[in-house]
Amino acid sequence: MTPTLDIENLSVHFPHRDGAIAAVREASLAVLPAECVGIVGESGSGKTQTFMAAMGLLSAGACAAGSVRFEGREILGASPSELNRVRGSKLTMIFQDPMTSLTPHLKVGIQLAEVLVNHSHMSWREAEKAALRALERVRVPEAQRRLRQYPHELSGGMRQRVMIGMSLLCEPKLLIADEPTTALDVTVQAQIMEILRAMRTELRMAIVLISHDLGLVAGLADRIVVMYAGRVVESAGAADILGRAVHPYTAELLKCVPDLRRPRLERMPSLAGQAPSAGGSETGCAFAPRCPQAGERCRSERPELRAIGGAVHQAACHYPLPA
Amino acid sequence: MSKGSIHRLRSNPVAALAFSVIVLLIAIAVIGPWFNPNNIESLDWAHVAAYPSLTGAHWLGTDRLGRDLFARTLEGMRVSLAVACVAGAISLSLGLAYGAVAGYAGGRWDQLMMRFIEVLSGLPLIFFVIFLTVIFGRSQYLLFLAIGAIGWLTMARIVRGQTLSIRQREFIEAAIASGAGTGRIILRHVVPNLLGPVIVYATLTIPQIILFESFLSFLGLGIQEPHASLGTLIAEGAGEMEAAPWILLVPGGVLAVLLVCLNIVGDGLRDAIVGREGAAT
Repeated sequence: MTPTLDIENLSVHFPHRDGAIAAVREASLAVLPAECVGIVGESGSGKTQTFMAAMGLLSAGACAAGSVRFEGREILGASPSELNRVRGSKLTMIFQDPMTSLTPHLKVGIQLAEVLVNHSHMSWREAEKAALRALERVRVPEAQRRLRQYPHELSGGMRQRVMIGMSLLCEPKLLIADEPTTALDVTVQAQIMEILRAMRTELRMAIVLISHDLGLVAGLADRIVVMYAGRVVESAGAADILGRAVHPYTAELLKCVPDLRRPRLERMPSLAGQAPSAGGSETGCAFAPRCPQAGERCRSERPELRAIGGAVHQAACHYPLPA
Repeated sequence: MSKGSIHRLRSNPVAALAFSVIVLLIAIAVIGPWFNPNNIESLDWAHVAAYPSLTGAHWLGTDRLGRDLFARTLEGMRVSLAVACVAGAISLSLGLAYGAVAGYAGGRWDQLMMRFIEVLSGLPLIFFVIFLTVIFGRSQYLLFLAIGAIGWLTMARIVRGQTLSIRQREFIEAAIASGAGTGRIILRHVVPNLLGPVIVYATLTIPQIILFESFLSFLGLGIQEPHASLGTLIAEGAGEMEAAPWILLVPGGVLAVLLVCLNIVGDGLRDAIVGREGAAT
């Protein structure tokens, strides 16, 4: 089966006066049709930049190397008009902050309809009907009235629903959700995740869910990819990551997920040390300075991503934990 | 403009008063001639340089050729306002388009386009206008064009600065992600968000243009006889200042009131719109 999105050896650099800053280093991952992949990592682990590159949204100064193919077509180096044929229709993205992602002076209905007029050359009248259906689909109450409202008249959760509705207008093959619930409160978060789950079964599209919240990702993802310092460090089925993580970083991350069933702790567990800066050159494993398992080899030789107990479970570690 | 800012503008009594005065002046300038038996060209040799008198034939008196000052002042207001509107519209549209493109394109294009603006704004204005009148002869339309062509430079700078900051906002990224092309993004997502500061700046440009036109006409480079603008009337009045001060005071007073009111409205508009932007986060 050809993957919907195939990222191979992707590196993203930002030029800087003290040499280049590497946001993504030789990351490879694939998203199969109708699959939901969770991307987990700390701030600065390169998870957002990886998919910004996949959307052709890297800022002007960034250099990307490697290959990103969407349905077999190369995205890196594609012209803006080529990109605009897939962006917003087959390949869509929703962002972290729904408060600022809608253009403030346009009514919601017009913003939705415009995507359709732009991509499927529908008439405005038809597009507005489709916009109404899109809002009903993501369970926006009083959808008819919402179409005539401006973004600032809607709550955060409602705006994120509008964003999701907008991204689903052309029935995409892949939806990239970049921390879709970070800016929302917990009850709204649950509703948004429920909508994503329902839409996924309804439209049979692939979803990439980027988050730093393992618990959130675990609820939706089939497969979880853990990133650290711009690299993929572990990739496995969701159950394997949660139950049988082999990379010490993943294991430490899991320890930090609060669990109400466990006895109350004095302090929230947290990972010691700091994520490495993206500027430095790397020798050995980037996680070695914070890793409880690290040995001499970890500081001198960088571990490659390799299969561990089954082809779908991969980790980049010299001393993986017993699965 | 949102309902909020219109409300804020209304609740500013000084700006509201100034706005009413402008509307009144425009109304008088437009419908005044129907109520005035005198026209701008007829010479009344019986009343040369007559005093203003509401009971006489000439309400605001006459100039030294016996022409009715009321009729001529109305004509002057119409011409001055027309120059302001046309030149304002030229500088607005040119500045908006140029600034938005430069700001959105960014990088090398932005640098190149802004250097061009700097070169143009380095040219001496008066020399530029004299040069144009020498080449193309004197005409009202040329005057409109010349003033507009100068006014757009500052407008382009302001628009470009605003565009640079709007370009960084997330809804632009979201629009790119939804597959909108560059032209559509500039027209639909950037330009409408610029309108607040642009309207304010345009309102404050209009008095400058009126002043500049009056200055050019005062120098004899602008509107020609028998037509009059406030500037030519003032120039004429300045010559008779000692013998017949009203020939200077009437158009001068109108110009002063107009400029003060326009500036107050511009300021009020800025307060109203900046207030909205502060509240809408």
